[in-house]
Amino acid sequence: MSRAVTKQAGGWRKQQALDRAAAGNSLGRDAWRRLSANRAAMTSLGVLVSITLAVIIGPWLTSYDYFSQDYDAIWQAPSLATGHWFGTDQVGRDLFARTLTGGRISLMVGIVTTLVSLVIGVTYGAVAGFIGGKTDSLMMRAVDILYSLPFMFFVILLVVFFGRNLFLLFAAIGAVSWLDMARIVRGQTLAIKSQPYIEAARMAGAGTARIIARHVVPNLAGIVVVYVTLTIPQVILFESFLSYLGLGVQPPATSWGALINDGTGEMSVAPWLVLIPSIFLAVTLFCFNFIGDGLRDALDPKDR
Amino acid sequence: MLLRVDNLAIEFATYSGTVPAVRDLSFATDHGESVGIVGESGSGKSQSVLALMGLVADNARVAGSARLAGPDDAAPVELIGARARVLRRVRGARIAMIFQDPMTALNPHLRIATQMTELVRTHLGVSKREATERAVAMLEAVRIPQAARRMRAYPHQFSGGMRQRVMIAMALACEPELLIADEPTTALDVTVQDEILETIAELRAATNTALLLITHDLGVVAGQCARTIVMQNGQVVEQGATERIFEQPAATYTQDLLAAIPRL
Repeated sequence: MSRAVTKQAGGWRKQQALDRAAAGNSLGRDAWRRLSANRAAMTSLGVLVSITLAVIIGPWLTSYDYFSQDYDAIWQAPSLATGHWFGTDQVGRDLFARTLTGGRISLMVGIVTTLVSLVIGVTYGAVAGFIGGKTDSLMMRAVDILYSLPFMFFVILLVVFFGRNLFLLFAAIGAVSWLDMARIVRGQTLAIKSQPYIEAARMAGAGTARIIARHVVPNLAGIVVVYVTLTIPQVILFESFLSYLGLGVQPPATSWGALINDGTGEMSVAPWLVLIPSIFLAVTLFCFNFIGDGLRDALDPKDR
Repeated sequence: MLLRVDNLAIEFATYSGTVPAVRDLSFATDHGESVGIVGESGSGKSQSVLALMGLVADNARVAGSARLAGPDDAAPVELIGARARVLRRVRGARIAMIFQDPMTALNPHLRIATQMTELVRTHLGVSKREATERAVAMLEAVRIPQAARRMRAYPHQFSGGMRQRVMIAMALACEPELLIADEPTTALDVTVQDEILETIAELRAATNTALLLITHDLGVVAGQCARTIVMQNGQVVEQGATERIFEQPAATYTQDLLAAIPRL
């Protein structure tokens, strides 16, 4: 009834109805609706949010901090009675506090660095692929050259010049991980470029920048989102590798990767030292993968 | 004269030498006039109009001239070899184009509303609200039911015929002086074909838009165009009033084409 009235009134009322519909049904909302129907993705999202929250507030819940050593309580197994819920390591530091504070660094490195690589990689790849010709060759050869630089050498140089700090870690990993993204995006852009709707957009008078921003990048969303969810775990692992070599987080600060590396040495005496951080890392990586999978399906307009 | 094309020639430089695609094409069209370009595939008809818009492939060399009359008796704009900035102001605003395959000519990731209003805003410089109103009006003009609601849809939610209507609405949204339709009905079935052609004719009549219709279907030309150009192998075989060409085809190729229409 009210619908019919709106229709008859026409004019501004119609316009208002249109605006309301527009506000209530954005691309993001559509995607969210379909993502929320995906059980694996939603469970993963829930787990990931829980891990994130635990990592943020968890360290305040225990009376132990992550750096104090206690030689009266080394290699203690996980126990509710002692208050060392996840046990202690070879110098008696509380693993619960260490796992959660380490998670802060791991997640932060994973997310911040991936964002950096996302922004640089997508822009670079889309521009190179879309403009093509000599510009493309030049830009992609630059990527090849960066690829061929030994990554470790590059990081060591950075550390020597600028000292050790967390932001340097972001910069170092970010500087390397955008290369893959740029290549993937470029390849996809080449395919999109030859689509008739790109020609149609040109024909309608759109400039290169607008075509890249409005027609190329949105069509990249599917593949980019999936790749991002693969990059986050990759970057988290990268960080643990650097930490192992003493180039990443510095003790007593830690990360999941660093904890696992420490724990492998004590595996025969205190298996929980490697098990617990590994479970956190593995579950997080799984969640990112499931979410990526769900997002790809949700962002594909043909499924609507 | 709205558009005057003189001695247009297109060549493609390939590894195995230069391939001529169009040779010595000349024609003119006035405001509101309709010209059909007929020819088999590979005869250079599509490349000719792409050259007018400056959208031929990078390895193409275009010679000749195509002058589009300036607005309000200003000096004509030369389209061949024009700068990108000049061409962008012509494309979509003064010369619009409808493509053969409506299934792929719309961006699958953007709503119809986005695609239409962006076009309108680029060329007419109006507010978002005005652009939306304009877009809805255009969709209504091409007889899309519940136009305001359908604005929110994505291209894949439309049938082929509907999408071609959307394409027409988009092409005519900025009131171009010339509409180029490159095989606009080839991808559609016959009953939809008629409706689409009718819609184009109707809107053209209302706005005095000139039409350049590219097709291999003589039947379509007969119904739509006052004048016809017949092309073969990149060259004009014959051009003149459509009636004359159908009744007294001078070139043997035209006679062959006419004879090729199946009769019952």
